[in-house]
Amino acid sequence: MELTRRDAAAALAALGAGGVAAVAVGHTDDNGGQQADDIDKAAIRRTMVAAAEVVYPDDIAGIDEFVNTFLDSRLAGDRHAAAVDSAVTALDDRAQSWYGDRFAALSADTRDAVLREMAVDTAEPRREGEPRETVRYYVVNELLLALYSSPTGGELVGTENPQGYAGGIDSYQRGPQA
Amino acid sequence: MSGRPPAEDIETSAGASDRTPVDDADVCVVGAGPAGALVADQLADAGREVVVLEAGPRFDFDDRLARQEKAIRPTYDRPDVWDSDPERDAHSNSGEWFYPLNHARAKGVGGSTLHWQGMVMRLHEADFNSKAERGVGVDWPIDYSDLRPYYAAAEHAIGVAGGENPFGPPREEPRPMPAFEPSHSDSLFAEACDELEIAMHPVPNARNSEPYDGRSGCVGYGTCQPVCPSGAKYDGTVHIESAEGKGATVIDRAAVQRLEHDADRITAATYATPDGEFRQDADAFVLAAGGVETPRLLLLSESEQYPDGLANSSGAVGQFFMDHLFAGMGGTLDEPTRQNHVGFLTSETHQFYDEADAELAPFKLEFFNYAGPSPVEMALTGDDWGDDLLERVRDGYGTHIAMGGLVEQLPREDSYIGLDESTTDTHGNPVPDVHWNVGDRALRTIERANELQRSILDELGVEIEWTAGPDSTGPAYHHMGTTRMSDEPADGVVDADCRTHDLDNCWIASSSVFPTGGAMNPTLTIAALALRVADAVDAAV
Repeated sequence: MELTRRDAAAALAALGAGGVAAVAVGHTDDNGGQQADDIDKAAIRRTMVAAAEVVYPDDIAGIDEFVNTFLDSRLAGDRHAAAVDSAVTALDDRAQSWYGDRFAALSADTRDAVLREMAVDTAEPRREGEPRETVRYYVVNELLLALYSSPTGGELVGTENPQGYAGGIDSYQRGPQA
Repeated sequence: MSGRPPAEDIETSAGASDRTPVDDADVCVVGAGPAGALVADQLADAGREVVVLEAGPRFDFDDRLARQEKAIRPTYDRPDVWDSDPERDAHSNSGEWFYPLNHARAKGVGGSTLHWQGMVMRLHEADFNSKAERGVGVDWPIDYSDLRPYYAAAEHAIGVAGGENPFGPPREEPRPMPAFEPSHSDSLFAEACDELEIAMHPVPNARNSEPYDGRSGCVGYGTCQPVCPSGAKYDGTVHIESAEGKGATVIDRAAVQRLEHDADRITAATYATPDGEFRQDADAFVLAAGGVETPRLLLLSESEQYPDGLANSSGAVGQFFMDHLFAGMGGTLDEPTRQNHVGFLTSETHQFYDEADAELAPFKLEFFNYAGPSPVEMALTGDDWGDDLLERVRDGYGTHIAMGGLVEQLPREDSYIGLDESTTDTHGNPVPDVHWNVGDRALRTIERANELQRSILDELGVEIEWTAGPDSTGPAYHHMGTTRMSDEPADGVVDADCRTHDLDNCWIASSSVFPTGGAMNPTLTIAALALRVADAVDAAV
């Protein structure tokens, strides 16, 4: 199933043309914010896309564009971007330490192994805590939130209007065959 | 900005730029929830100089999508969505029944309508005469006919979408918006209900089924409770903004500490802000801080004249705390039920409501549109990802179905809001003690509601997996009864006009004035009473 720009912009689609227009012109200028210069947003984007390729279902296509568009809004401010950066750095550190390369450079199977060996799969998602917990919150759950509150993510599991997506007030009236 | 702004990047709103008192105020309203907002708007419209003091902050509308993230992600607790502060909002629970107060309210401009479900029914006629009609409880000093025009006005002010209810009280005109269409899930229930001769009818919703009053129609975000990012669900900010447009002053983070008074009148409200403590004078005061903070403020304002608390000659301040009890049942069906597309209900039944007597309470039954987990919430909880997660969500989502219901509890002397003198809040005031108890009539009625729910679900072929019965019920977060209305000063705190028996210039606009609660969600009645209070205040000042 193909992820589209509609999926990436899903949350804001109902709130006016401004949000949609921002998507249409491409990704936000990562250097235009007010953040500290030491956040490497390109590295964050690479790592998040690499993580999405592991935590998303196998038959999802269009991950790179979807994740990058989603990250436009997520990395635009200060606090969240800094916290994502910390989690991504922790993930890269483990990848480097255990497998000799940064996370995004590893094979998909090895990326999966890094996450599980960090115990990210069983960790509680926390904004502050051990690396396994912050990676769960800022990497894995961040990506799962993006997918499963999008139209395509919803359709994967049987709803055209998942919670968090402004999918209108028709779908709830329709039967499964409609 | 595109996409989803992060919850973490929500900035605290600066709020009011000037928190000093307003000169020559005619009316001071305490609390900026729906009641205070409507009173302020009406009185500002009448040309009165109005000031509203709100203990909590003003929230930026543009942050609602970010707050929605808090509602979805399991890391956040429900009180986090509207920035509840456990120290500011500290409370005790000394009753036999635990009461999760900070799950039950939101503090800030808009009040608990920020997180409410948004169901707006009129009380039935007999609810105003419980003692006379059902032989238990007390009668209200007003009848349905007294409130009927205010109900209509409240439905227009709030914006209610609804249709015909064959069991409802008489009404003069349709609601201002058409009802939301029934859900696919409703159509499944309808077959079973037809067999059992149970009539379903639309739920009146305080959410726009079409654009209304400058606000969008519902866009189906599915997170109505606790946050509507589109603004299609009504909340008190609508009338706060309207009141401000008419000249009212709204001061946020202005926690009223005490009501200064003489024997017959309130003279000033002293309030604490981040900018210091101030004193607001006014000719009239309207207390609209809900069923917990309103009695608490009166108790905190004790004096030599009123040693048991202000306006408390009757001893009823804080007494008779009531909520509605939840009765529910649910399970799974062997076909798709199409849940969690929207976060509101479209069908209910009041068919059994007016069978109430001394033994059984009034109750209503609801047909859920959000039974079982939502896919995104399932995805964020688990120890899997990739295809395994997808299979788990596919297996877990799609066939749930459930019913709910609300049951009246009677006023009881052992159910009350007091002060816990051993614990203080951030201002050094004793915290509210929620001492909640529930009687056998309510518990019997939950069993009755469960029987009906089981009959419907059995008819439908549901494999029942859970029941919220007498042993597992909980509150509906409707705080009522703690400054009850009465004809006689000895029996209650306010009179039929919601003016305190003790003080000439103090009115209360809140579900705290309900002598009994019926089994209807209270906010439409709160709004109707608020509009009636505004008329009374305007006539008096």
